[in-house]
Amino acid sequence: MSHPDEEHVGRAYDRRLMRRLLGYLSPYRGAVAFAVVVALADTLVQLAGPYLTKEAIDHGIRQRDLGHLDHVAFLYLGVLVTGFGLGYLQTQVMQRVGQNIMMDLRMALFRHIQRLPVSYFDRNPVGRIMTRVTNDVDMLNELFTAGVVSIVGDLFTLVGIVIAMVRLNAELMGVTFSVLPLIVVVTLIFRAKVRRSFREIRTVLARMNAFLNENLTGMSTVQILNREPRNFEEFRRVNADHRDANLQAVFYYSVFFPVLELVGALAVSLIVWYGGRQVMWTSVTLGTLVAFIQYTQRFFRPISDLSEKYNILQQAMASSERVFALLDTPVGADVAPRAGVVGRLAAVGGTDPGAFAAFDGRAARPGAAAADGAAPLRVEGIRGRVEFDRVWFAYRDQDWVLQDISFRVEPGERIALVGATGSGKTTLTSLLLRFYEPQRGTIRVDGRDVRDLDARALRRRMGLVLQDVFLFSGTIEGNLRLGNPGLDRAAVERAAREVNAHEFIERMPHGYETAVEERGATLSVGQKQLLAFARALAADPDLLLLDEATSSVDTHTEALIQSALQRLMRGRTCLVIAHRLSTIQDVDRIIVLHHGRIRETGTHAELLERRGIYYRLYRLQYAGGGRGAPPEQPDEPWVAGAMPAIERFTDLS
Amino acid sequence: MASVVVTNGIQLAQPQVLRLTVDDLYRGVTSEKLGRYALALFAIAVAGGVFKYLMRRLVIGISRHIEFDLRNDLFAHLQKLSLGYFQHHRTGEIMSRATNDLSAVRMMLGPGVMYLVNTVAVAAVSVGCMIAISPRLTLYTLLPLPLVTLSVWVFGDRIHRRFEAIQAHFARLAARVQENLSGVRVVRAFAREERELEAFHALNREYLDKNLELIRTWGVFHPALSFLSGIAALLALYLGGREVVAGRITIGEFVAFTVYLGMLNWPVIALGWVINLWQRGLASFRRIDEILETVPGIRSRPGAARPARFRGQVEFRGLTFAYPGAHRPALRDFSLVIPAGHTVALVGRTGAGKSTLLSLPPRLFDPPPGTVLLDGVDVLACDVASLRSQIAFVPQETFLFSVTIGDNIAYGVDGATRGAVERAAQIARFDAEVRGFPNGYETLVGERGITLSGGQRQRAAIARALLRDAPLLLLDDCLSSVDTQTEEGILKGLRQEMEGRTALLVSHRVSTVRDADCIVVLEDGLAVERGAHDSLLALGGRYAELDQQQRLEEELEAS
Repeated sequence: MSHPDEEHVGRAYDRRLMRRLLGYLSPYRGAVAFAVVVALADTLVQLAGPYLTKEAIDHGIRQRDLGHLDHVAFLYLGVLVTGFGLGYLQTQVMQRVGQNIMMDLRMALFRHIQRLPVSYFDRNPVGRIMTRVTNDVDMLNELFTAGVVSIVGDLFTLVGIVIAMVRLNAELMGVTFSVLPLIVVVTLIFRAKVRRSFREIRTVLARMNAFLNENLTGMSTVQILNREPRNFEEFRRVNADHRDANLQAVFYYSVFFPVLELVGALAVSLIVWYGGRQVMWTSVTLGTLVAFIQYTQRFFRPISDLSEKYNILQQAMASSERVFALLDTPVGADVAPRAGVVGRLAAVGGTDPGAFAAFDGRAARPGAAAADGAAPLRVEGIRGRVEFDRVWFAYRDQDWVLQDISFRVEPGERIALVGATGSGKTTLTSLLLRFYEPQRGTIRVDGRDVRDLDARALRRRMGLVLQDVFLFSGTIEGNLRLGNPGLDRAAVERAAREVNAHEFIERMPHGYETAVEERGATLSVGQKQLLAFARALAADPDLLLLDEATSSVDTHTEALIQSALQRLMRGRTCLVIAHRLSTIQDVDRIIVLHHGRIRETGTHAELLERRGIYYRLYRLQYAGGGRGAPPEQPDEPWVAGAMPAIERFTDLS
Repeated sequence: MASVVVTNGIQLAQPQVLRLTVDDLYRGVTSEKLGRYALALFAIAVAGGVFKYLMRRLVIGISRHIEFDLRNDLFAHLQKLSLGYFQHHRTGEIMSRATNDLSAVRMMLGPGVMYLVNTVAVAAVSVGCMIAISPRLTLYTLLPLPLVTLSVWVFGDRIHRRFEAIQAHFARLAARVQENLSGVRVVRAFAREERELEAFHALNREYLDKNLELIRTWGVFHPALSFLSGIAALLALYLGGREVVAGRITIGEFVAFTVYLGMLNWPVIALGWVINLWQRGLASFRRIDEILETVPGIRSRPGAARPARFRGQVEFRGLTFAYPGAHRPALRDFSLVIPAGHTVALVGRTGAGKSTLLSLPPRLFDPPPGTVLLDGVDVLACDVASLRSQIAFVPQETFLFSVTIGDNIAYGVDGATRGAVERAAQIARFDAEVRGFPNGYETLVGERGITLSGGQRQRAAIARALLRDAPLLLLDDCLSSVDTQTEEGILKGLRQEMEGRTALLVSHRVSTVRDADCIVVLEDGLAVERGAHDSLLALGGRYAELDQQQRLEEELEAS
């Protein structure tokens, strides 16, 4: 379904956009030049047919010269074969170029998207970004394959026909061309009408599909409100509009084709009348007459084609404008290092932003962009000291989600973050991962401002386990290897064994090779949790960020998860967002967040003693006879696009 | 049909005039006679044009009308299908039936019919004329033409299949992008961008290869067509020329013959295309027919009762209900009698069966016979439409249509007055807010208008239900997104409205259900506690637990 902004129809030609688009052609300059030459040759061959016919009639048949007829027929056959070859070549070359350019563009877009700030995805629905990468790029294909070269080809054909006719008989050409203005006028009127008609068809079609879609998704509401008869009437009306808009277009076509043929017939009649008289007075041969009629018929198609190119140009311009707008969106602060640290960052092997630039759409060459001698800042290992220093953060304006947050985690320490839904726990980890930049304050890892560190290298050292486990399409093994693609099978298995995941993986149809379907819809919640643990453990992070799952699982799985969790946390700096307070009773320190502020800090025993917020949270959880607090949805949307992220984020404040 | 034949009859007269012209040219002719020939040619073209116009308008027009009717039938049938059907069939799939498949059927009935008839007519007449000129020449020149039809048919089909493979791969490409975008945070957190790029690159590469495969076929197809028809023309020129030289045919006949041959070009191509149109059209029609043949899961029995206004007594009698295909029942042995005018509240955890219970009286799903009764009448014995017209139902998920807010509230009532709409909105505590919107009640909702918050949507749904003025009110957790203060206000208004009506309401909040005549606690499809608020508190069971938990939450919120 098209967005309102996709309906926008703009200029057919924009020099700035065109220049940028043609820039994508330049790697294929040779191929394009070749295609133009082929198009030229093709034109010549096309024009040879009528001329050979004339030769056959005038010098073969009329002169009763069978040898000449054989000769011409043989030439004709050669022309047909050559035409076949050239036609094939032209399509092949141009389509290949077009397809390659589309691939380049798509890769450029995708590459750019990987570097956009996370906040961009909160603001722009997934569907819209997808349209850029898919449909808009496809639209440009038309320009490159059907547009550029065939415009050249059509023009050549027209010029070629004119030259051929002049050489045969200039006077007769003048007579024939007297109908040319008629063709142009008829075609222009028709195109204008049809364009308007098609626009209306598109609008009505969009309206009809939207209505249909809405009624299908809301069918139970329609039924429960007894709206069926009225909605049927409404649908009938849109449907009738759709039919009538199409009938209008059918009418234009029904008029256009016969009129065009009529003009053609007029040209033929003129040739017969005028040319016939000349034949009688002997300055024109019968062959010329026949060749003329054939040339006239070939003249119409390029003219009609050329006027159609206008539409393609128009749509391509609109699409390219949107595509370039996305490409011009500034990248996130996390991948665009601050001025002055560029040189230092560029050398973190294979993980630097430069690696993106090096990925040229044909082969991955990670780490190609090496530093030029500047001291590299290696983030190979972090000891794990994390420090939040008076951090303030809001997703929007002044709606502070975190206010004046200060705390420090020492290497090897285990810290739990506790608080009601919307207290800002998950946001805090998002900041540490540099998905967002705080408005005020500083976050430091090992004493260094995270803004000075390469975000991707830093993230590699952090293990992340989310409550809503996101599995990628691919195999189980591929998902476990997510954080460390170089890992061998034995290491993956070891990690899985360690967190009690090995057993159920082995029981699956193809073990570790089992394909993950529909983001793990076939796996249970508990299994997904264990996979997430194994995935984090396989990456062997220095700092573990754990957003504990809230969904209830059966007691057996719960026991598996708990023991796996203990093993996962052993010997690492851990930051746990706890939902089940039972998990965290033996952590080193508990930080209680409430309405975006740190309200209490201490051990489980200390906090219970204090009888403050933690105490209430604790009682709340055990009030229900030991069952966990039942938030029915994850706190915050790690899966963007499921719903408007901004709305849900602001709910937290 | 007749116009097709007439059109071609006229068209075929043209070469005859040409033949006369050319032959006369060699016998000597006056310029007057030439003028008459030219005029005749033009007149033929005019007559042919008129009929061509009529034919196209008629045949293609009819296909558009058929498409219109078929789409109406499809929509009407979809409206009869039950909720269960839509839960098992994706919207996109049904949409594609109503759009792509319908188009394919139309193409079969429009161009498919037109070109078929056209081809047959042209072939019959022109081949006839050609045979009249020279049977031998006809035989030779027609040899390549079946090849044209065959190659259009075969290549067309192959191109179509390759094209579909490309479309399918395109969908995979799009799915990959979607996955990447949806999981953007995970991708970043695991520093997986390069892997994603590689994976996307591989998919892109495959897409490119699939496209090139199509291009290879396509690149042969078009030049091959020109080549084959060129061969036919060449044969006519060569063999025809020899016939003229041998004196077996006149030069005029020769010219006419080549023109007839030229006329066959397009119909022969069209024939191959028509075969493809029919293949696709028939396959599409089968898919559409599948929907049309689906028997609605929920329908009124023949001669079903159309009760007058219910008094409002609702009874569940030993109700055990399982969703189609489910192993465990969602409700087990549930019995409850709600006297007319009473309010019953249902509480319990997600999945306890509350919403299921509410969906049975309006027959969104059919309960077993004799288990759900209104005024003592089995709902299965009632006419579905008249049954639903007596129920005001507020579902858990509010569905708003992209019409104005006023029309959304009035969605369930034909010809509701503005006053009534406003009054319903007032009770739902929505009126003041609506007046604050840019165009008040005329403000559009949805993509082209404003987006309503969860609380606003719920209140719109309540107003919509209240406007129905039905004896039975079903509220499924419809105040969950409304803050406590507004809830208080809505409940106050609702209490007045519920006067004399039977109400069944589901909620998570004790504050919402406190004043109900009876509260039922559901757990795992079983009614585990029932009674008034105070007695349930005294019982100290599940309900009391829920109450305590909510007190704690309030306390925490305030700290």
